[in-house]
Formats: sequence, structure tokens, C-alpha cells
Amino acid sequence: MSRKNIRLKEKVERLVILDKTGKANEALDPKLDDELSLYLYKLMVQSRVLDERMINLQRTGKMGTYAPCRGQEATACGATPAMDKDDWIAPAYREVGSFIHRGWPMESLIFFWGGYEEGCVPAKGSNHLPFAVPIATQCLHAMGISWGMKVKGESDAVLCYIGDGGTSEGDFHEALNFAGVYKLPLVMFVVNNHWAISIPREMQTASPTIAQKAVAYGFDGIQVDGNDILGCYAAVNEAANKARSGGGPTLIEAVTYRMMFHTTADDPKKYRSEDEVKKWEKLDPITRYEKYLTTRGTLSRNVQEDVKAEAVKLVAEAVERYELHREVDPVECFDFTYEEMPPELAEQREDFIRVLDEAGVKRGPRGHYLLP
Amino acid sequence: MAQMNMVKALNTALDEALREDGDVVLMGQDIGRDEGVFRVTEGLLDTYGKNRVIDTPLAEGAIIGGAIGMALYGMKPVAEMQFSGFAFQAFHQVENHLSRFRNRTRGFFRLGMVMRMPYGGGIRAIEHHSESREAYYAHTPGLQMVIPSTPRNARALLRSAIRSPDPVIFFEPKAVYRAFREEVPDEPETMPIGKSQVVQEGSDVTLIAYGAMMRPTLAAAEKLAEDGVKAEVIDLLTVSPMDTETIAVSVQKTGRAVVIHEGPRTCGIGAEVVARIVETSLLYLEAPVKRVTGYDIQFPYFAREDVYLPDAGRIARAAHEVVKF
Ligand SMILES: Cc1ncc(C[n+]2csc(CCOP(=O)(O)OP(=O)(O)O)c2C)c(N)n1
Ligand SMILES: [Mg+2]
Repeated sequence: MSRKNIRLKEKVERLVILDKTGKANEALDPKLDDELSLYLYKLMVQSRVLDERMINLQRTGKMGTYAPCRGQEATACGATPAMDKDDWIAPAYREVGSFIHRGWPMESLIFFWGGYEEGCVPAKGSNHLPFAVPIATQCLHAMGISWGMKVKGESDAVLCYIGDGGTSEGDFHEALNFAGVYKLPLVMFVVNNHWAISIPREMQTASPTIAQKAVAYGFDGIQVDGNDILGCYAAVNEAANKARSGGGPTLIEAVTYRMMFHTTADDPKKYRSEDEVKKWEKLDPITRYEKYLTTRGTLSRNVQEDVKAEAVKLVAEAVERYELHREVDPVECFDFTYEEMPPELAEQREDFIRVLDEAGVKRGPRGHYLLP
Repeated sequence: MAQMNMVKALNTALDEALREDGDVVLMGQDIGRDEGVFRVTEGLLDTYGKNRVIDTPLAEGAIIGGAIGMALYGMKPVAEMQFSGFAFQAFHQVENHLSRFRNRTRGFFRLGMVMRMPYGGGIRAIEHHSESREAYYAHTPGLQMVIPSTPRNARALLRSAIRSPDPVIFFEPKAVYRAFREEVPDEPETMPIGKSQVVQEGSDVTLIAYGAMMRPTLAAAEKLAEDGVKAEVIDLLTVSPMDTETIAVSVQKTGRAVVIHEGPRTCGIGAEVVARIVETSLLYLEAPVKRVTGYDIQFPYFAREDVYLPDAGRIARAAHEVVKF
């Protein structure tokens, strides 16, 4: 008879490469080359400019409710570029930089938040799923893709994004469990931005970290500073390499902060203090990375201005394309339900057209009906 | 009497229930400090504390499964799903247990609980925030599927739902939440679950609708009146168990019927209404019954939602066709 602690082989670490002042830990700095270093910077700036513009589009009635990612840029802009081209990405809905990196036109995001299915059509060859609105459901799809990779003997991996709130859903845990059991090439990346609408992180789980949940599923967990883009990049890169070489899944928790409202329809004053937000403002991931790049000699004031100007231009062009192509034909909402339209649905489609005609809905130059 | 919108009316019913019965607890995502994303639970955390108005982690299965546990334990949980589109994460609990415990235990356990959720389109929301999937629940024996249409009946039906010994799926038409106000009496009211209402009498055609579709249906009835067609309008209020008698009596009088709902047509509530009309009143019919419903497609993203939703024009056109048949 005995009673002693069980020793676990799984480990849980915390990784910070760039400290608050933008100073890198020499030993941990992945020392990315100038091109990649600067690229990550550009991606964050583009993400921020697009994010700001989408809030503005919502405010001016040109788009619907929007869930911004301000303050969290280092997560998606660090994690997705750390994956190889053949790896797959499963986002939630706040990963602006991930979409941009994988070649989705910026206007796709505007179309999605503007109320068009067209915004969900993946860029060709992007291996990047569209937005997943029902929380945590994408975790199982990501697990399934990695399962397929394993079954087919491919040495690729999958990166899945999920929020701190999402870690309470069964789908999240079931995905981790399967991934552990089958030793799947899955990188589960939790964007812990401290809030799930009005529910703080401490009310989602009694665990002091989310990273430690990995242990229960039989693999390693790591917590990174989510406002440290090098930390995010390095953690994902390492986990992806491990996954590709048969080492199984990793759970990464990136600790960051949702600087804005949950969505444009939300009022955070109801549930959190301005002081908390102010505290995080000082930890801005872009400013931090700017300091690092400047010290390194990779970023000058001029380049910084060019990057910003280019981002503004790209976003303006995307908005222009959005405005130009908003005239979609409502009749198309019938056309993607099945490969072959069943006769009854074809009749409903005819009836729909009759309704539009009788209501005097105008047609555009392509013969398509114009939305009100 | 006070004028109030549906949000306030529902809030009033919840407040009354919490005040009157210590076994009533509310649970859901963001219902406490945030007072619900539509503010239906406004002020309730402050009044009743976090033991009775419970903010939960983000897990619908745990909310409904847990509410079932509380109900087994003799309490009366009123669980909120933030949107009906997210209730499917709890559907295994609904189908496997919520609908079955009474039958399984030969009446020993009764799950007197309510699952409230906003449903339906019309608010320019992203995907999964606009569906009308009442048919799933109506198809499941053992559940009561209730859908109010105005502030007053919302308050009365929610009160009845909380008092019911059997589970109630309570769909709240979010497009109606703040659309208009209505006089609501100061004294608490109940309305019988399982009973529909004739809200407008007429002799030429029966229009049968519920929830958010009551407004376009009543607007269509007005249009029809201008054209000399007297429409009788039925508000189902409870979709299941369905009040066949109210429908049959009306259709036997008018000989004509149009059924209206937002959800997809195939195997929708309208199909059940038509079946009951055929079963009870076939020989009274002067024309085939028509359905004005959502199409058999996924609810379009909101840029296209206006043209998808049945409106007064479509309803009036169908009624004219039935009358002229
Ligand atoms: C299954 C499900 N339940 C509820 C919602 C409503 N909802 C949308 S976002 C959200 C909070 C998500 O929090 P988190 O996972 O931390 O992600 P964040 O929004 O912070 O990025 C909730 C409850 C939903 N979309 N899906
Ligand atoms: Mg969060």
C-alpha cells in the first residue's frame, strides 16, 4: 500500500522572447532573416489597418457587426506564417493576419462581415478554412484534417485557432483527446485574450493556465506571450516541426488582450474596467516589435512609414473592390445547396424570381437582380 | 398597465418568476453582468445575486445538461441559449434526455425547465444568428415548442412555460424584441400552452402564422381587406403540441388557408398544419392550401436576407391565389 505523487512526463512551459520593452532574449531569439522579420511586421500593420477600416465600415453602415482583433495581431501574424505552405489553417473569426498571409484578398473579410457568403470562398491553394462562427466547432475539423494527413502518410500539419472562451466547449476537448490518442499532427493555438464577450478568463476554467490542459490529453502545452510575435512564431514553428515528424500534437496558449469591444454591437464598459484596458495598451504588440526591429537595424523611420502607407493603400483598394462587387444576385442563394438542384427547389427558385419581378426589384447591367 | 417592448416583457416575466419561486434559477452566457446580449436579463443579477442569475462558461451542452440535472433535483432552471443557432451544441441533451426523462421513468422525473433562445432573421447578423429551426423541436415528442409574437403574450407564455411541469423550448422572435410596444397588465398573466388564438376574425381565408411572421401576416391581412378580402388570422403561439381545433374551426368556416413561416418549407411547421387541415377539414376546402415559407436553402447571409424572408406582399399574393382559385 502506498500513496505518492504520480510523475507526468508531459511538460508545460512559458515562453517569452521579446520583453515589454521590445528587448529580445538572445538565446531564444529565432533570428529570422531581415526579409521575414520585416514581412511579419508588414502583416501586423496590414492587419491593424484593415481592422480599423472594418470598424469604420460598420460605423458608416457599409458592413455589419464586426469582431475586431486590435491588440491581438501578434497571434495570427506570428502563428500562421510559422506554418509551411502545405500545412492547413483552421481559423475562428478574429485572425485577420492569417487570412491575409494565406492570400485571401482583403475584401474577402469585408464581404464576410458585410453579409456575403462570397467572403467565405477560400483563396485557391490557401489551405485555409473560412470563418467558424459556432465556437470551437472548427477544432474538430482541424483534428480531422490532421487525422487525414496521418492516415494518408503525409508529413504536413494543421494549425487551429480557438479563443479562451472556446476552450470550455466539448468540441475543443474532444479534438485534443482524439489528437492525443492518434498522435495527430495538430497545433492547437488558443488565443487567450482574457475575455469571451463579458466572461473573464477566470470564469471559463479553474486551471491557472490553459496550456496545462495538454497534460491531461497526453502531450505538451506551452504558454507564450501573445503580444510577442517572435514568441508566437517560435512556439508554432517548433510545434509544427514536431507534428510533421510524428511527434504528435501541441497545445499553445497565447496570452493577449482584446483591446476593443467583443463586436461593434457590444459595450465593454458594462463588464470591464478602463484601467485594465489602459494597462494592456502599453503592451501593444506592434510597438513592441517595432522597437525590436529598430534596435536590430531592420526598421527605419522611413521604412516604417512606407509599410503604413502601403497597408493603407492595399486596404483602400480592397474597400474599392468591395464597393464595386456588392451587387450580387440574390437568386444565387439557391444555387449552391446541392450539386444538382432537386426539381422542387428549382420550382422554389422560379417562384422566388416571380416574387422579385412582381415586387419590381430592378435588374443591373448583368441581368442580375439588384438588392434593396 | 404599462407600455413595453418584448425585451422588457420577458424581463418582467423572469423577474416575477425569480421573485415568486426560490427554485427558479437563470443560467446562460453573458446573462449576468452583461445582462444578456439582448438585455433580456437586465437588472436581475443585481436583484437576485449570482446564485440565481448565473453566468456560465461557454458550453451549451453543459448549460442544458446541467439544467436537466437541476430539474431532476427539483429546481426550475430557465436556461438561455445566446442564439438558437448555438443550441445544437446541446441538442444531444435535448433529444436524449430533456424530451425523454418523464417517459423513461414513467412520470417519476418531470423536467419542468425552460430553454429560452432568440430565433429568426431580420437583424443583419452573421451566419448562425438567423435560423428558424422550430421544426426540429416540434418533431421531438415530449417537448413543448412555444413562440410568442407580442410583448403581452411573450410575458404570459413565459410565465406559463416556467410553471409547466414539462420542458418548454421557448423561441423568442429577435426581430420583434424591440420592434414595438404593447400594453402589458401590471398583474402577472398566464396563457395556456397548447392553445392558439384567433387574432383577427374574417370569413374568406385563414392565415396561420406565429412568432416574427405575425407582423407581415397582419400587414397582409390589412392589404387584403383593402382588396375586399376578409382574412381570419391565427397566431399559433404554441407550435407543438399543436392546437388542431382552432385551425380546423377556422378553416371549416373560411374554406381556404395559407400557412406562413420563416423556416424552410420541407417538413416545416406548415407541413404539419396542412396535414391537420387535410385530416380534419378536407371536404370543407374550396382551394388547395398554400404555404408561404422560407425556401429550402440555408438562411442567406444578411445582404440577401430581406428578399428571403416572407413579407406581406408574398403572403397577400398567396392569399389572393387561394381566394381566386
Ligand atoms: C457555440 C456558440 N455559442 C455561443 C456563441 C456566441 N458567442 C460568439 S463569440 C462568443 C465568445 C467567444 O469567446 P472566445 O472564445 O474567448 O473568443 P473571442 O471572441 O474572445 O475571440 C460567444 C459566446 C457562438 N458564436 N457559438
Ligand atoms: Mg476570448
